[in-house]
Amino acid sequence: MSETKPAHNRAPIVKIRGLTKTYGNGHSALKDVNLDIHEGEILAVLGPNGAGKTTLISIICGLVNATGGSVTVGGYDHVKQYRQSRELIGLVPQELALGAFELVENTVALSRGLFGKPRNPEFVNSLLDKLSLVDKADSPVNRLSGGMKRRVLIAKALSHEPRVLFLDEPTAGVDVELRKDMWAVIDELRADGVTIILTTHYIEEAEAIADRVGVINDGEILVIDDKQALMDKLGKKQLVIELRESIASIPAPLEHYSLQLNSAGDALTFTYDVRAERTGITQLLNAVQSAGLGLKDLSTSQSSLEDIFVNLVAADS
Amino acid sequence: MNTEAIKAIYTAEMRRTRNTLLQSIASPVLSTCLYFIVFGSAIGSRIESVGGVSYGAFIVPGLMMLSLLTQSISNASFGIFFPKFTGTVYEVLSAPVSFFEVIVGYVGAATTKSLIIGVIILITASFFVDLRIEHPFWMLAFLLMTCVAFSLFGFIIGLWADNFEKLQLVPLLIITPLVFLGGTFYSIDMLPPLWQKISLFNPLLYLISGFRWSFYEVADVNVVLSLTMTAGFLLACLLVVWYMFKTGYKLKQ
Repeated sequence: MSETKPAHNRAPIVKIRGLTKTYGNGHSALKDVNLDIHEGEILAVLGPNGAGKTTLISIICGLVNATGGSVTVGGYDHVKQYRQSRELIGLVPQELALGAFELVENTVALSRGLFGKPRNPEFVNSLLDKLSLVDKADSPVNRLSGGMKRRVLIAKALSHEPRVLFLDEPTAGVDVELRKDMWAVIDELRADGVTIILTTHYIEEAEAIADRVGVINDGEILVIDDKQALMDKLGKKQLVIELRESIASIPAPLEHYSLQLNSAGDALTFTYDVRAERTGITQLLNAVQSAGLGLKDLSTSQSSLEDIFVNLVAADS
Repeated sequence: MNTEAIKAIYTAEMRRTRNTLLQSIASPVLSTCLYFIVFGSAIGSRIESVGGVSYGAFIVPGLMMLSLLTQSISNASFGIFFPKFTGTVYEVLSAPVSFFEVIVGYVGAATTKSLIIGVIILITASFFVDLRIEHPFWMLAFLLMTCVAFSLFGFIIGLWADNFEKLQLVPLLIITPLVFLGGTFYSIDMLPPLWQKISLFNPLLYLISGFRWSFYEVADVNVVLSLTMTAGFLLACLLVVWYMFKTGYKLKQ
């Protein structure tokens, strides 16, 4: 089930067009955002703090009024047909916002009711079971650990059987083990056919679970593509040439290769584009040999999503 | 109409009331009993009757109003302030509910609680003084309208307040003085003429006067005027809440 299908073959369940948001203090949080979210995918929206991730989610869910543009969810306008569009959405907020003394099962039942679904204790119970909360059903929410609270928020968001789930930084401030745990939960949800949009500033999170990745910075989506395509397209590969003997500077015949010499002087790094017709490796290696340098070792590494992200954001600002 | 949402909010709010039963219901009832003992029985026995009604009985409607107003306001204001404070209000804002459904849920629960308190106070009062209710229908009408209107008013305060201090500000500094000066413990006939005139600007005078009329047919102002003022206040509150939701005042950016 978790096999990645080409996302663009599926119809968009969320359509965002020309979305802008300027806050009262003049801060422009979103600048003309266009985005299609396809049914059944996991989309990771990646961006540094203050990039506009939460604003984007908040507008779709009705917590913040947009300044301009439109959003449809399942074909319903999110303002004019807010009842139909919101019924399709579940939201897990970034803050662990839960009442104090309410019992887990009651707070989940409240969420279900708010979204117009009749009481269904069996369903709520099965949901708690799926999220390993069933033995906490009659615990007050303020007695739970942070990880458990996050699960309760997910249970609340899923209580009305939504088709789209927004997770705003689901693993912010969560330790590594819990994060892996959360990823497993998200994977299971996807297996159930729920479309998932998560925001994160952890690159490894997007890399681990997303089908598509969008990078947002300063209110603009810089790039959005299938995770693999993104990495292929923007991925740079590096060839590290370890030398048998240290050198003080790059020899003249090698100067036009834009090599980098490390501080110890015993390794040269060559960065090249994987998708280029000619990577120039053969020529380089020949040149290295004719410059009289002895090779100790060769290794290559492909840049991660993190490097891509850092480069994009740096170029943008 | 999302009736499930109304039910869900109402149920959750009433559950909160049950969980804090002592504080929600026992405390206002106890404080009213203390008023009855002090003003009704102890001091009241030495005060001559007002408009043919013994002083102890005279203050019953006023005391009920005192409790109902403060309780309605505090129930409803806390009901919406607390989710704002803890952040759980996101859920109501993102749910497929209209302002009206949210109001019916929250204000309905606050009203129910106030009504329960009102009835308990009335029953308690009957042990201390000789009660008679001349116009039970109008008594109930005033009771219900007051609870709804001031629960709405409390809801507005809860939406407006962004800290606990502001939450207490209006009830303590405005409502309590107005109730005391609105004829809870006296008829404005007892005041010097100037203060009688000033009292007519106190909106709560109309409420208390009308409510007292439904008990004893004794009133400071015309009952129709009382009714109009109360209904007008209710409508005004409803309009303000509607506007707050429409514009997302203090709720949405």
